[in-house]
Amino acid sequence: MQIGYYPGCSQEGTAKEYDKSLREVLKVLDVDPTEINDWSCCGATSAHVTSHKLSLALSARNLALAEKQGLKEIFAPCAACYNRLLTSKNELQEHPEQKYEIETIIEEKINNIPEIYNIVNFFQKIGKDKIAEKKKIDLKNFKAACYYGCLLVRPSGINSDDSEQPNSMEEIVKATGAQTIDWNFKLECCGAAHSIARQDIVVDLSKKILDDAIKHGANVIVVACPMCHSNLDMRQQNIKSKFSDFKEIPVLYLSEILGLALGFDKKQLGIDTHFIEFNLPVRNDVQEVSA
Amino acid sequence: MKIGVFICHCGENIGRTVDCARVSKAAGFFPGVVHSVDYKYMCSDPGQNLIKQAIKDFKLDGVVVGSCSPHMHEKTFRKAVADAGVNPFLCEIANLREHVSWVHEDIDVATDKAIDLIRFAVEKVKRNTPLTTIKVPVTKRTLVIGGGISGIQAALDVANAGYEVVLVEKEPSIGGHMSQLSETFPTLDCSQCILTPRMVEVYQHPKIKLLTYSEVEKVEGFIGNFKVTIRKKARYVDDTKCTGCGDCMQKCPIKKKALSEFDEQLTTRSAIYVPFPQAVPNIPVIDTSVCTYFKTGKCSMCKKVCGRDAIFFEQEDQMLTEEIGAIIMATGYKLYTIDKKPEDSEIKGYGEYGYGKYKDVIDGLQFERIASASGPTSGEFMRPSDGKTPKKIVFIQCVGSRDESKGFSYCSKICCMYTAKHAMLYKHKVHDGEAYVFYMDIRSGGKMYEEFVRRAIEEDGVKYIRGRVSRIYEEDGKYIVKGEDTLAGVPITIDADMVVLATAMVAQPDASKLAQTVGIPYDKYGYFVEVHPKLRPVESSSGGIFLAGACHSPRDIPDSVAMASAAAAKAMVLFGSDMLEREPTIALVNENLCAGCFYCKKVCAYNAIEIKQIKDKQGNLIKEVAFVNSGLCQGCGTCNATCPSKSIELIGYTDEQIYAEISALM
Repeated sequence: MQIGYYPGCSQEGTAKEYDKSLREVLKVLDVDPTEINDWSCCGATSAHVTSHKLSLALSARNLALAEKQGLKEIFAPCAACYNRLLTSKNELQEHPEQKYEIETIIEEKINNIPEIYNIVNFFQKIGKDKIAEKKKIDLKNFKAACYYGCLLVRPSGINSDDSEQPNSMEEIVKATGAQTIDWNFKLECCGAAHSIARQDIVVDLSKKILDDAIKHGANVIVVACPMCHSNLDMRQQNIKSKFSDFKEIPVLYLSEILGLALGFDKKQLGIDTHFIEFNLPVRNDVQEVSA
Repeated sequence: MKIGVFICHCGENIGRTVDCARVSKAAGFFPGVVHSVDYKYMCSDPGQNLIKQAIKDFKLDGVVVGSCSPHMHEKTFRKAVADAGVNPFLCEIANLREHVSWVHEDIDVATDKAIDLIRFAVEKVKRNTPLTTIKVPVTKRTLVIGGGISGIQAALDVANAGYEVVLVEKEPSIGGHMSQLSETFPTLDCSQCILTPRMVEVYQHPKIKLLTYSEVEKVEGFIGNFKVTIRKKARYVDDTKCTGCGDCMQKCPIKKKALSEFDEQLTTRSAIYVPFPQAVPNIPVIDTSVCTYFKTGKCSMCKKVCGRDAIFFEQEDQMLTEEIGAIIMATGYKLYTIDKKPEDSEIKGYGEYGYGKYKDVIDGLQFERIASASGPTSGEFMRPSDGKTPKKIVFIQCVGSRDESKGFSYCSKICCMYTAKHAMLYKHKVHDGEAYVFYMDIRSGGKMYEEFVRRAIEEDGVKYIRGRVSRIYEEDGKYIVKGEDTLAGVPITIDADMVVLATAMVAQPDASKLAQTVGIPYDKYGYFVEVHPKLRPVESSSGGIFLAGACHSPRDIPDSVAMASAAAAKAMVLFGSDMLEREPTIALVNENLCAGCFYCKKVCAYNAIEIKQIKDKQGNLIKEVAFVNSGLCQGCGTCNATCPSKSIELIGYTDEQIYAEISALM
């Protein structure tokens, strides 16, 4: 399967292991991702809080490049990139005058905007059956809390999943043999970009999320957003120094948990670079599926 | 032909922008016009006399009135003309108000246009022919569709006036949503206590034919002369033998598989059941989707225990036809479901409130059942999940209503009042309980309504919070309600034991289908549409079909009952005369020219075109031609425009007349 790939800035920085694990997993699932040539910023965070037009134009440029490259479908593993690209696509399609203005700014014509997938949609497209077919290890001792964060299933209405009670990530995770838990804070705010300037906010918000997942029986959290991952994984140290009774919980990217099921080890997937050490859930540990 | 032209100033409405004197003077020179005047109020008594006198003095046989829209006063002027002895269809109206003075500013331009329109009308009236109104007989029987409080009220009113009524209800019992309610606002009287005597009255009324568990399949005909086909669904119980003893229900081994519709899914019922003990008629039906006999053939317990031998598994649906003069639509509403996101619905659902996930997040009707003495808890406040008394209840108003982004843009109208009632009933029984209401605005227009809400707040201590709830989740057996108090400007968190959602009132899911069957318009929400929102609020645009209750728009019991009585009165007005007069301006087929292609039949929206066979003296078929049913034809002219051989014309609007009008403008 051919697909356009928009990595976004995180995949080359804080979320290198997301990129690494994703590429490994896609290889096994017979997907050949084509990176968009000369891709640039999606317009998230600093752009969209300062200028709406700028945020649209930045995303539109990437969409125009993808179109020029002949890509009919693209996927963006970062939830913020996905959200920006989708929002921009929607606005360009809904408002022809705005499209004209943006085209003038980016000096590119936009005709057929490619179909945009987030990582969950994209794995849905690949199919649960395909994942189950290629599965080497059954992750039955995993009790995963799927965390969507604020961006993955929004904006509501133009997104395919239910933006208040989403269930699409659970469906994919279950294909690895893992159990998923029902919990309250799948969509709750992790503190997002306050991670840098207001760590105290992030510590409080992320703790709430982690506590709720643990309380509902999770032994691993699965995310599909680099920002979520950095807040939930990296900030656990800060949480621990503020709340001494806090219990740690590993946080995996969706691609990493899939990678484990497909037989890769922690190092191949970059899980060894996480702040919270990940050990395979005990109780007879993870078992090989007999062929 | 001697034509008189009468120009009305309509006070200043026309006179301000049209030089009426110049119009009447110009009209005086048109060929055929022998008399032309203008007057301040032509519709007034002296104005009409002016026309009548002129008809006498100048022996007029054609009249053109330049005035307001024919919708307003065509009838008035035609009657005046008829009073003076001239056929009313020889009077034409030129619309100088809506088409001229109200839409133009320049006097010269407006006056020129008015003169043109008069010339136009004069050319038409020259080619008018005297017409007589069509008279059709009236069947003095009313069909009421829906047996809720609106249908019951309408049926009783019509029947008590001495006319026969056929009342069709699709559920096994009449009573509708009102029978599910606990107490009613603003008096807190028991809903069933005031309703059930009415239900029995319907059942026993000699003039009412009650058809429960039945649905309208087909409606043919026209005002005064409908032929209605009704499907009487198989109950599998012989209603002539059954005494309603209830032995069958007691012995039915299926007790848990079917959720009670009457108790809003809070309890279960047997496979053979009556919806509730006071059901009318008190005759059970078998739910074949859960009945063991119908699934495997292995059980016939009900048949064995029935002392009257009334169980009849072989029963089939029956088709009945009824001759009907007037139809009253009273099909009511449904509550927007919180169970799950509805498929193919414009509503996006309220996942943030945990639809279908949390047992103690319920809707208004479920709360009614819990509060009701006849309900699953006998009126004790217990929450569905564990039967504990809720000490803190949060009520959320406008779930789906007034919400353009996720729900419907309209206000459901009854929720402010019933939420106040709910909170009040709860406080009356659980004295140490706390009731919170999240609201957007409190809309309590109505007699004693505002006082009722104030009583809930001031005497019963219900806490009203202006703001919306963003989210509900469960934590340690409590429901954490996150909202905003917009008056204080602070976020609010309440750990509630139970949450009640005042979900939107929506049209019945099959309302649009029924509207198509019956032939009345409906809006984008599925509510039936009235002809005029102010002056004809209970009539549909199809003659002889009237609207009552919440099938028209969200409304409470007093409004529904008032509307039902109004609809009944409209039906009785129809029955006031034996013959019905109809406009003669309908389509007419030239049988010599008609080639029998029946394009007209295909395009006719009123099914007014029939196939007529023309035979020679020996009875051999010569050809088939179109034939217009004068009772059904509404004179829309679609057939006229479609006919390829120009062999169908609209009386009073013939091609000759229309071309003459157009030529007059060239």
